Amino acid sequence: MIGLMPGIALKHLLARRRQSLVSLSGIVLGVAFFLAVSALMQGSENDFIRRLVDNSPHITIQDEFRNPRLQPVEQLYPSGAVEVRRVKPLTETRGIRGYPQILEGLRTEPSLRASPVLAGQALVSFAGKDIAVSLNGMIPAEVNDVSTIQNYMTAGNVDALTVNPDGIILGDALARKLSLALGENVTVTAPTGEVHTFKILGLFHTGRADYDNTQTFADLKRVQALLKRLNRANTIIMKLDDPQRAHAVADGIERRFGYKTVSWQEANEDLMSTLTTRNIIMYTVVSAVLIVAAFGIYNVISTVVLEKQRDIAILKSTGFRARDIRRIFLIQGLLLGFAGSALGLPFGAGLMLVLMQVRLKFPGSSDPVPLPIDWNWPQFAIAVAFAMGAALCAGLLPARKAASVQPVDILRGAQ
Amino acid sequence: MTEAMIEAEGLTRRLAGEVAVTLVEDASLAVHRGEFVAITGASGSGKSSLLYLLGLLDRPTSGQLWLHGRETATLEEDALAGLRLAELGFVFQFHFLLPEFSALENVMLPMRRLGRLPQPEIAARAAELFSSLGLAGEAKKLPRQLSGGQSQRVAIARALANDPLLILADEPTGNLDTTASANVQTILMDLAHRYDRAVVVVTHDRDFAAAADRVIVMSDGRIRGE
Repeated sequence: MIGLMPGIALKHLLARRRQSLVSLSGIVLGVAFFLAVSALMQGSENDFIRRLVDNSPHITIQDEFRNPRLQPVEQLYPSGAVEVRRVKPLTETRGIRGYPQILEGLRTEPSLRASPVLAGQALVSFAGKDIAVSLNGMIPAEVNDVSTIQNYMTAGNVDALTVNPDGIILGDALARKLSLALGENVTVTAPTGEVHTFKILGLFHTGRADYDNTQTFADLKRVQALLKRLNRANTIIMKLDDPQRAHAVADGIERRFGYKTVSWQEANEDLMSTLTTRNIIMYTVVSAVLIVAAFGIYNVISTVVLEKQRDIAILKSTGFRARDIRRIFLIQGLLLGFAGSALGLPFGAGLMLVLMQVRLKFPGSSDPVPLPIDWNWPQFAIAVAFAMGAALCAGLLPARKAASVQPVDILRGAQ
Repeated sequence: MTEAMIEAEGLTRRLAGEVAVTLVEDASLAVHRGEFVAITGASGSGKSSLLYLLGLLDRPTSGQLWLHGRETATLEEDALAGLRLAELGFVFQFHFLLPEFSALENVMLPMRRLGRLPQPEIAARAAELFSSLGLAGEAKKLPRQLSGGQSQRVAIARALANDPLLILADEPTGNLDTTASANVQTILMDLAHRYDRAVVVVTHDRDFAAAADRVIVMSDGRIRGE
């Protein structure tokens, strides 16, 4: 049997069925939209980070320094008042000096895989068409350890570069532009004037139009020769077993080798802060729906309190305490919150299922993709907690008002 | 004479404001078990205000009030509510039944709040009260489905639910026809004389007052005589 106070609270709500339903629907919609929107936002954020982590190096050592390099005299007298004027850096071939030694040092760490890359600009020419591309020289045997490009191959494969160092891998969009196909030869011209003919050994399709149109991969030695930067690499890219450690590991590498070392978090700092801002905006907007719903609950409970002044007086005169009365009206809020949550959760889950069926073609993407939806129990718990909290707060003021009713004032007026 | 069920000494109730209003002034009285006392007087004479003071619904500005020998002036609101629940029963001019609850549920409410009896016994006692008040067939009806007399008898059943020793009634027949009025009068007198309860009734009805063991006459907030 239902408890005394919940029983009275329920009777009050059922007596005002239409008004209760309206305020209930506010909570239902609030909970449902909270769930759907948060799942969508969470999904897109996770998807974005997953792509970021999967498709880009976790750590990149660049051929530059975060701060200007110290002159030998400054290193010798670190606390001295040294001023060196008219320092002119030597003209030297750009790149990471002694990268094989750095790689050797890095490879002592078992949870880390590293590989050198020499990237530069080049011109791909075929049938009278020239297209500027980014030419990435890599060690073919190591590519799969540090890059996910193999996952996006639509023809050929990366390993073919090991067998034929004069091969090249292109994006399918670029190949289409130049009317090229697997196995055909293409001419690549470097800014140095060097020209080399490569055989197309693979085509990839990532779905990111910019990437598919501009990125090419070839053997490191061939690219070094083409760019006239022998024994140089301008980046060392790394993957970690645990991408979340990237920031700390990058700090350690930079301290050890001096070269600017950037973790994926640092490289995408602006995007990550945008995600945080986006989340704040989303939660504010969705919370506003529940706050509006809470006003609906406040309205219905306030009305009940006003209408039930005489009943409250009678309950108090028969021995109900002020806190019993307060409890009755708080329970009304909670009942609406509970019912709203109970109905809102399946409604929200339904909305999520519908959203999961939606496929959209985003700008920069060549294929329609399903909306990323991530749902988990904490989201459901937060939605319920928020709804219950809003409902409880909405019941608080009317409940206090009800508890303060003096029966004698009402009974005198009723005589 | 038995111990006084309720005893008042110099009870005064004033409403503060720009012009202070005295509702009850220096009222002293005692009501014993088995006694049926009527309070009469013109409208505005302070009868109902005195009843509210005796029923612990209002606090006196000055004076003392003992319920069953226990001083009540210093008690907290919760303690007063507890006394109202366990030891007092109220009947008002209008039945004031809760409209969403059936007649039986209305009577069960104080018993459920007190929590002395398990649920089946509460239902059994409520049914017994209904039967003794001639309401056996009305238990499941909502208040709006009952006549005035039936509603008032349900209100009496609610007042008796926790088996109180003191019953306070404010114009209980004021809204009833002659037959229903006589019926209610008989019930209240029986409670005093057959069941040894103390019953205090505020009434305008001279016949009703004449049937009481004692009649307290009030005017201008003062007890003028018995």
